[in-house]
Amino acid sequence: MLHISPEEIAETLLMVQQQHLDIRTVTLGVSIADCGADSADEMARRLYDKVATAAERLVPVCEAIEREYGIPIRNKRIAVSPVAEAAGRCACEDLTAVAIAMDRAAETAGVDFIGGFTALVQKGVGAGDDALIRSIPAALASTARVCSSVNVASTRAGINMDAVARMAHTIKETAALTAEADSIGCAKLVVFCNMVEDNPFMAGAMHGPGEADAAVNVGISGPGVVRAVIAAMPDDADLTAVAEAVKATSFKITRAGELVAREAARRLGVSMGIVDLSLAPTPAEGDSVADILEAMGVERCGAPGTTTALALLNDAVKKGGAMGTSSIGGLSGAFIPVSEDAGMVRAVECGALNLEKLEAMTAVCSVGLDMIAVPGDTPAETLAGIISDACAIGVINSKTTAARLIPAVGKQAGDHVSWGGLLGAAPVMTVSEWSSARFVRRGGRMPAPLGSLRN
Amino acid sequence: MKTRAVLSVLGADRVGIVAAISAALAESSVNIEDIRQSIISGIFSMTMLVTVDEEACPFEEVQSRLADVAETIGQQITLQREDVFRFMHRV
Repeated sequence: MLHISPEEIAETLLMVQQQHLDIRTVTLGVSIADCGADSADEMARRLYDKVATAAERLVPVCEAIEREYGIPIRNKRIAVSPVAEAAGRCACEDLTAVAIAMDRAAETAGVDFIGGFTALVQKGVGAGDDALIRSIPAALASTARVCSSVNVASTRAGINMDAVARMAHTIKETAALTAEADSIGCAKLVVFCNMVEDNPFMAGAMHGPGEADAAVNVGISGPGVVRAVIAAMPDDADLTAVAEAVKATSFKITRAGELVAREAARRLGVSMGIVDLSLAPTPAEGDSVADILEAMGVERCGAPGTTTALALLNDAVKKGGAMGTSSIGGLSGAFIPVSEDAGMVRAVECGALNLEKLEAMTAVCSVGLDMIAVPGDTPAETLAGIISDACAIGVINSKTTAARLIPAVGKQAGDHVSWGGLLGAAPVMTVSEWSSARFVRRGGRMPAPLGSLRN
Repeated sequence: MKTRAVLSVLGADRVGIVAAISAALAESSVNIEDIRQSIISGIFSMTMLVTVDEEACPFEEVQSRLADVAETIGQQITLQREDVFRFMHRV
């Protein structure tokens, strides 16, 4: 008996073939806690062997699932546990060799990105953390697939302003070392507040210390399907109806994610981690979060009402997704990167969207100041100020926030940078001319807020 | 291993669509459990629930044979495991 109606089958086919229903990423998390060694070279050898072996079947398994279920899996990726933790054992200052081993392991496995060149320094910087942060510019300049992330703040710890300032300088150094490629190194480096341990999305993917030896984490379909559903609604449908439509769609795409997560975990013989409900755009036309907000009715993303539209979208996606899986995790909030979203790029180019509006939007969705190109001569203290503002929103609201800023060397506001592929291209945005230097140079730690005292 | 799957066919109506597809399925030891078919303004639409006997003919091989049929008769044919529909439309 056919338990599913032909209409439901037709709807699913339409979602795949015309509205880009897919699985955004299947990310295999691998613990490298046992790869620590006395030297960076030995750690690199151990890491390569462990990761290349663990991820050997990732791509073939995902390809088989794609074929059998008829749903494309756009990205297959690897996340390792924080390199800084495993590196605590080796008394070395340069972990570039470890990054190169990660890059090779990713290449061997056939994946485009590997995350986990990571340190957690919201309260303080350990020896491994210090070596890792010191190594970031060279590591990102000498690899193509490695992504780096550093957590500098949390609701429980407050903001480590010394670490924020250090990361601002690290971003500038990374930009300088990759200047000939529009400072692409910074596109693979993200600074977090309240970083999560099971994020399957780059550049912030890592396999947290609280995870099993290996786990599969899945990111649900991109924004295309949701946009198509809203675009098909009458102009006078009220916001309750819009939220309802988003919720119903989110349920379906989350179910597809749940199915793929279970199946990939089973076939790979590892535990199923989480399903991440984030809507992650790509530079492809129609695959845009900005387009969803504009389909709701704001003339251009950034117009007054944009934050409300984004809040509605973000909340409705979660409500639908919550019925679709019992394993919600990762970031689970819409992404609003600039260069990776054609609609955001358009909105910046026509002057509708600026850095300050993106900061406001950060408060109601997932990581907000993402893939933003700024003038190459932006002072490190200004970058630190922007990062700490994003962190403050995260700390106070008990949510993840992040900044992925690219001070493109030699570029001014209004110029263009292009990194190609999924990283996209973007106009260089205007940054406030007012100085943050005296504030940032105070250093120290912004104490954890009262709201963090929950026990 | 027996795998339940949904086969969907879409295209301009013509002679021999059902014949060509069911012949390919029979040759691949695929059993047809249920068929729904309709023609809406000249567009042929058919949905079949089938069981693939993966020992007799692997899923991928059935898909590849159906892809050949799709090309010959000018129809769009999709074979997907049934769970995906069950998952997406039922709690």
